[in-house]
Amino acid sequence: MTYLKRSPWIIHYDASSCNGCDIEVLACLTPMYDVERFGIVNTGNPKHADIFVVTGSINEQNREVVKNIYEQMPDPKVVVAVGICAASGGVFRECYNVSGGIDKIIPVDVYVPGCAARPESIIDGIVKSLSILEEKRTKMNSPAAKKDTPSGGIQ
Amino acid sequence: MIELAFLILFPAIVAFLLLAFKNGQVRNVVVKIAAGLIGLATIILLITYFSSGLVLFSVHLETAAEIMFVISLLIAGFILYLGIKQRKYLAVILVTIQTLMFIGIEGWLAKDVQQVSNLFIDQFSLIMAAIVGIIGTLICVYALAYMETYHAHHPEIPDRQNVFFFMVFVFLAAMFGLIFSNNLLWVYFFWEITTLASFILIGYSKTSESTNNAFLALEMNLLGGIAFAGAIIYLLIADPTGSLLGIEQLLSSGQALALVPAVLISFAGITKAALMPFSSWLVGAMVAPTPVSALLHSSTMVKAGVYIIVRFAPVLSGTTEGLIIGLVGGFTFLLGSAIAISQSNAKKVLAYSTIANLGLIVACAGVGTYKLVWAAILLIIFHAIAKSLLFLCVGTVEHQIGSRNIEDMSGLIVRMPKVAVMMLVGIAGMFLAPFGMLISKWVAIEAFIEAQFGLIFVAILAFGGSITVFFWSKWMGKIISVDPHVTREADTLKSEKRVVLYILAGLTVLICLIFPLISSSLIEPFVLSVYGQTARLSQDNIIIMAMMLFLLMIMPFSMLLPRNGARKVPPYMGGRPASSDMKFLGSMGVTRDVTLSNYYLNDLFGESRLLMAGTALGFGLILLAMIVLVGMIL
Amino acid sequence: MMSPVYGLIYILLAPIAGGLVAGIDRKITARMQGRVGPPLLQPFYDVGKLFEKENLVVTRSQDLYALCYLVFMLVAGALFFAGGDLLLVIFAFTLSHIFLVLGAYASSSPYSFIGAERELIQIIAYEPMIILSAVGMYMVTASFFVSDIVVSSIPIVLYLPGVFIGFLMVLTIKLRKSPFDLSTSHHAHQEIVKGVTTEFTGPNLGKIEIAHWYEYVFLLGFIFLFFAFSLPIALLAIVVAYFLEILIDNTFSRVKWQFTLKSAWIIAGMLGLINLAVLYYLSGGLQA
Repeated sequence: MTYLKRSPWIIHYDASSCNGCDIEVLACLTPMYDVERFGIVNTGNPKHADIFVVTGSINEQNREVVKNIYEQMPDPKVVVAVGICAASGGVFRECYNVSGGIDKIIPVDVYVPGCAARPESIIDGIVKSLSILEEKRTKMNSPAAKKDTPSGGIQ
Repeated sequence: MIELAFLILFPAIVAFLLLAFKNGQVRNVVVKIAAGLIGLATIILLITYFSSGLVLFSVHLETAAEIMFVISLLIAGFILYLGIKQRKYLAVILVTIQTLMFIGIEGWLAKDVQQVSNLFIDQFSLIMAAIVGIIGTLICVYALAYMETYHAHHPEIPDRQNVFFFMVFVFLAAMFGLIFSNNLLWVYFFWEITTLASFILIGYSKTSESTNNAFLALEMNLLGGIAFAGAIIYLLIADPTGSLLGIEQLLSSGQALALVPAVLISFAGITKAALMPFSSWLVGAMVAPTPVSALLHSSTMVKAGVYIIVRFAPVLSGTTEGLIIGLVGGFTFLLGSAIAISQSNAKKVLAYSTIANLGLIVACAGVGTYKLVWAAILLIIFHAIAKSLLFLCVGTVEHQIGSRNIEDMSGLIVRMPKVAVMMLVGIAGMFLAPFGMLISKWVAIEAFIEAQFGLIFVAILAFGGSITVFFWSKWMGKIISVDPHVTREADTLKSEKRVVLYILAGLTVLICLIFPLISSSLIEPFVLSVYGQTARLSQDNIIIMAMMLFLLMIMPFSMLLPRNGARKVPPYMGGRPASSDMKFLGSMGVTRDVTLSNYYLNDLFGESRLLMAGTALGFGLILLAMIVLVGMIL
Repeated sequence: MMSPVYGLIYILLAPIAGGLVAGIDRKITARMQGRVGPPLLQPFYDVGKLFEKENLVVTRSQDLYALCYLVFMLVAGALFFAGGDLLLVIFAFTLSHIFLVLGAYASSSPYSFIGAERELIQIIAYEPMIILSAVGMYMVTASFFVSDIVVSSIPIVLYLPGVFIGFLMVLTIKLRKSPFDLSTSHHAHQEIVKGVTTEFTGPNLGKIEIAHWYEYVFLLGFIFLFFAFSLPIALLAIVVAYFLEILIDNTFSRVKWQFTLKSAWIIAGMLGLINLAVLYYLSGGLQA
């Protein structure tokens, strides 16, 4: 049991979402759902974050930004793609400027479907990601991974 | 006695030698040997006299007075000639007044004077001699390498290095003379020589700006000189036998008699130490080559100004005049520090910091309790070392990167790591615990509380001290920032510069470690002999500070410890991907570069506004002091 | 007399106390906002997690500065609790804060740079007031040593009401609470991302957090000094003062640095100075 499960800090980024899912993500922080009960804090700084909560289907403008934020996060880290746009591009999938889902750019660990995804689903998704986080943590500490290879980079 | 004579005369002889030889290599050798000998003589002096307390020396040289008279007239004539040539009529008027006063003194009032002990030495003179003899000579050696580069960078400036080093060594001789003289006439003579040295050295490059600034310095110092002459006249009228002309005799004659000349001489000290309202000459003097700024305008000549005020502190203690002089110093400290926030020119920052710290020393001396004099002497020691180190570092950096702007020193720890570290030591020495200046300020706060009206000074120290934290820290920040735009420079530092910088940096740290020793062997006996009681830092505190210093010194070694690799990433730019040298794709598809520049808080701490306030305040206080003085005389 | 034992106790126990204080802070904040809030031990979980994370740096010197910040914070606080000279304690704290600032400067990153500048402004905003508080305590108890002030039976706060109010005001700055949380904040204010702590990750951030806990305990100890004459009143005062800080934090928005500097100097400074001047005049000089 690590402390990661008890203190997951998220960074939330809107990658050309319609803001529907973003509003739901922020609703989780309100007194109604209050995810701070679980120790979840929305820090705006990827260097302090464990969970990357992304919404929206990526376009040309924020493709590099999403990569950059992902690289700025220290290990272990997980990515939670919120909303159907983040999962597969949603209704905008065929548009010329849309990449069609976060996993085209960075590895995603949890998909939370919905348009807009409900706060309960989002919280459920984040809680699922916590166990993945723990797995990554144990792998990080295992002797095999303890060589000087940088982890979490993007090809 | 022989050491004193050696220290006063030897540099003068060397000076004339240096004036004659224009050959650079000969000069190098002569300066280094001379500096070594002077430094050695200073150390011998320290060892010989450090436990002997006050010692008076009689110098039976009637011709000495006549030689001084002739030299003074020659200098006056020289200044008159230059003043008329450059059309600086204020200087002409001032030097005329002063010369007339001097002729009056020598020719008429001082005719029957029999002075026995012209020279003296006590612990305070030893401290000042150490500063001049050790730091001063180090700066001379540094100047050799500096001036070579200076002329290489500025081919349009005529190479008058023989005059330069002549003046520097004359200055060293004059400083020794000033420190060792008991006879006020002799002090006055050497005082005026230092004014001349400052004048010539500021105007070294002969550009119109430096000539103007040289005359500004001259005028303000001449003003002080007139006050000094006035003090001597007063003393000779009060006692025509001249028995009061000795500092020791004057101090022991009691406050009633000594106060008026003390105030007048303090006024001379205020102009020499560039306190407000006379601070503009020091700021203007920064156009001179950096060794001049380091030697004259931070560690030695301006220290002569505060030295003489600290000498008279027992006289000023507890009087209204002393309080006013203290306030002049205090407000200079506050406003000088504040102005330094808004300056980005490194030498100007150092100049204002010097002015501020000199103001603090004068504040301690003006209020003049025994604890404060102890604090003042501590301040003198620490400031001399740290400031000269900083000036020399800035000079070195300026020659390497071609700029004296702090903003251009970004990433200095990458470009010139060794010099950057020494600069950090210097800056830390100016404001961080457990280094010297902070200890002195701490002692000063504790000492001011017990003085009458001390609360004003405590407030000034509290606010002024915090202000210094700001501008020193942001300078430090600029130096240690690992700026991706810059790379390591080739190490072209000449050995003279390098050795001197190392020694000074080492001294800064060493003095912080051994200052309890200096305090108990030199400062406390001096204060004890003058006041009958002395202050000291408690044993516990000394141990704690030593521990902190030790901790500070070993912390950097933690970086050598093996660690499970920290991964390096670029800074967070709000998600905007940046190249390794911090260029990022901004709006409109334009690649932009990142520039980070410090806060200068010009609206609050702008130079023009605060300088006006400081000048007005200083002027007002001095006016008040003069009125009280006149009231006392009448 | 100074007792190093208390210093040692401080070094060992203060993180626990400070973490609990931070936890209580978050809980009360949550309740004020109508939420349930994190568990009381959440700050400990946070720091534990931070030490489990990878150490990303922009430059390795950041490790040094974060470590120095923690170590000198420890030294300063230990000095305070061991009963040392109050002024030296204050200057030692300044030393440790400078390391945080230098750590922020080292990374040459825009956000931490602005955070560093603002942190420096905060430092110069509160330092005069804290020095005046120490001076005030000297004027009342005739000693700068914490060991003497703590055993004094004089009700210091009754002699130094202005100083105390001024101190509470700059306490807001020191605790990094709204409206003065310019340089970094524990809440969601993200105007300059995280200010001074932007470029610190994992273990370094953990060290900074622990250093903050040590600082909380010191600051609460300082409040204690004002009420040292009576233990129950002192504890009550600490609770009330900290509750007040949390309340202010939740009701005010962040102000600009100009306002911070001016209000700290003019209001707090003048309150403190007038108090000290009145005290000086009334006591007819000083009991030396």
